[in-house]
Amino acid sequence: MSPKTLYDKIWDAHVAHQAEDGTCLLYIDRHLVHEVTSPQAFEGLRMTSRTVRAPEKTIAVPDHNVPTTAGRDVHIDNEESRIQVDALDRNAKDFGIHYYPVSDVRQGIVHIVGPEQGWTLPGMTVVCGDSHTATHGAFGALAHGIGTSEVEHVLATQTLIQKKSKNMKVEITGHLRTGVTAKDITLSVIGRTGTAGGTGYVIEYCGTAIQELSMEGRMTVCNMAIEGGAKAGLIAPDEKTFDYVRGRPNAPKGAQWEAALAWWKTLSSDADAHWDKVVTIRGEDIAPVVTWGTSPEDVLPITGSVPAPESFHGGKVDAAKRSLDYMGLEPGMALKDIKIDAVFIGSCTNGRIEDLRAAAEVLKGKKMAPGVRGMVVPGSGLVRLQAEQEGIAQVFIDAGFEWRLAGCSMCLAMNPDQLAPGERCAATSNRNFEGRQGRGGRTHLMSPAMAAAAAVTGHLTDVREMM
Amino acid sequence: MDAFTTLSGIAAPMPLVNIDTDMIIPKQYLKTIKRTGLGVALFDEMRYNTDGSEKPEFVLNQPQYRKAQILVAGDNFGCGSSREHAPWALADFGIKAVISTSFADIFFNNCFKNGILPVVLPEPDRDACMQDAEKGANSRIEIDLGAQTITLSDGQVITFQIDQFRKHCLLNGLDDIGLTMEKAASIAAFEEKAAQTRPWV
Repeated sequence: MSPKTLYDKIWDAHVAHQAEDGTCLLYIDRHLVHEVTSPQAFEGLRMTSRTVRAPEKTIAVPDHNVPTTAGRDVHIDNEESRIQVDALDRNAKDFGIHYYPVSDVRQGIVHIVGPEQGWTLPGMTVVCGDSHTATHGAFGALAHGIGTSEVEHVLATQTLIQKKSKNMKVEITGHLRTGVTAKDITLSVIGRTGTAGGTGYVIEYCGTAIQELSMEGRMTVCNMAIEGGAKAGLIAPDEKTFDYVRGRPNAPKGAQWEAALAWWKTLSSDADAHWDKVVTIRGEDIAPVVTWGTSPEDVLPITGSVPAPESFHGGKVDAAKRSLDYMGLEPGMALKDIKIDAVFIGSCTNGRIEDLRAAAEVLKGKKMAPGVRGMVVPGSGLVRLQAEQEGIAQVFIDAGFEWRLAGCSMCLAMNPDQLAPGERCAATSNRNFEGRQGRGGRTHLMSPAMAAAAAVTGHLTDVREMM
Repeated sequence: MDAFTTLSGIAAPMPLVNIDTDMIIPKQYLKTIKRTGLGVALFDEMRYNTDGSEKPEFVLNQPQYRKAQILVAGDNFGCGSSREHAPWALADFGIKAVISTSFADIFFNNCFKNGILPVVLPEPDRDACMQDAEKGANSRIEIDLGAQTITLSDGQVITFQIDQFRKHCLLNGLDDIGLTMEKAASIAAFEEKAAQTRPWV
């Protein structure tokens, strides 16, 4: 047998049909659904009198537009948001799919709920009408975002029409230095490859620095594979993966667990597998980073300064000019001198317990700088509960942060959590696009520890100086 | 889905690289439960001032491009979110084809589900289309999907590559779900086998 990558192995295990031209029907093991990209898909089923083929493999949770303030389980003020959430309630009931409403403590961001509840398992195919589905790749699951038409296709057929992507290996060798996190890895990779560097590829992240990450950290890395343009990001499952999954509500038990484990242990790339592209970065070379522009590829170490547009090539020169104009920054300015107005800690990238712990560690006994507003939005109700039990919530509250209910919140600002025009935010989310966190809002992406450091000083800060 | 065979239309130049789906359709328009009516919100923040008035400098607000059916775009068009609202908004505005050097994967897929043809060209060919588009309404670009050609206003013919299955579906306006359901037996057979080999799924 020819050597295979992890991606090859998962792909081969899910081909339900292959046409002569290589077009495949890929079987989908888990379909995650949220309120924003699904109503038209369910409506499509109704109009054609189709049903959900595998409701037991379909999981729904409202997360994108739900308010993160108290009372949302009783009433959502925004009419359009309320209609979308009501539609999801009804669709989940009518089609008999698993559902976590806002009144359920297990509700949260779909990409945090899936792993937490044991729906996401190694070797699976996982899709969702959301680009950050890549998160689940941290378990060695082939996971990617789809559009609403494809959501309808998966609901109706439990398959997707796919052609195979190419294989890319991103190896992070050695060890991370103090103050450097999974977020710095994933941003640094995008800074190196660009937002289109992964287009047409499935990335497998490997190397000692990746192996040394917790499952939470691995989810952060895979989450942003999409910002690098990749179809999906993968990390081979290992003992840490199995320990995380074991005992979760929907994980296999008993003899089935043993059978699953035996297969999962075969899920790694063969030593002599073929890679179409290889990127290697030394873990020791990665610094705490921030973004300066309006593309996730606009990444620099916090010790750097705002670049001159002329230092780029081609279309990026004009794009950088536009970015600096939007961001209100001048070339040559030290990144550490950039003052902030707001801090957002949360999202499917960095809304897990370990992220909150890292931020709280920096904030302990400190206050936010005067004039800065801060918001912590746990990734799920269970993360929120755990943070309260660990005393972390109180650290945030004492520092002056708002302690919110779970949801996507200010990562995409579909709910009332938004930046005002010109407001500048240190954010642990995944996109710094124009208007992403509110029209005219300015986003600097960074790790939770770096965001906490910025909250304390009121400007972008090298967290290593506070350790 | 509407079929796409040939198109002769005005092309609008958008040379900016990395035009993301938040730019194509910002989040406040994602709260709809319909697929239609999003054309007025296409490129919202680039197209309108905060008071709702048009920004005259934006390409689709210029008289010669108001009826554009083709976009010629900078690299990596459609990056970011999976929102199919992006192609819905383009289609609702009247855009039927987008020409660039590269597209983000999910957006690229979403176009085909909505009768929009995304054409990937090498940089020099895309640049030739861009120059032609910059001539305004005097320039009509012709796209022939069957022949896989783009004809510029000066008669220059550019050929392009496309996946044959996608081409077939677009030419005939085929419904993916209907096609897949014809293979229901294969799916059932797969499920039966998977129930034996991976019963925990």
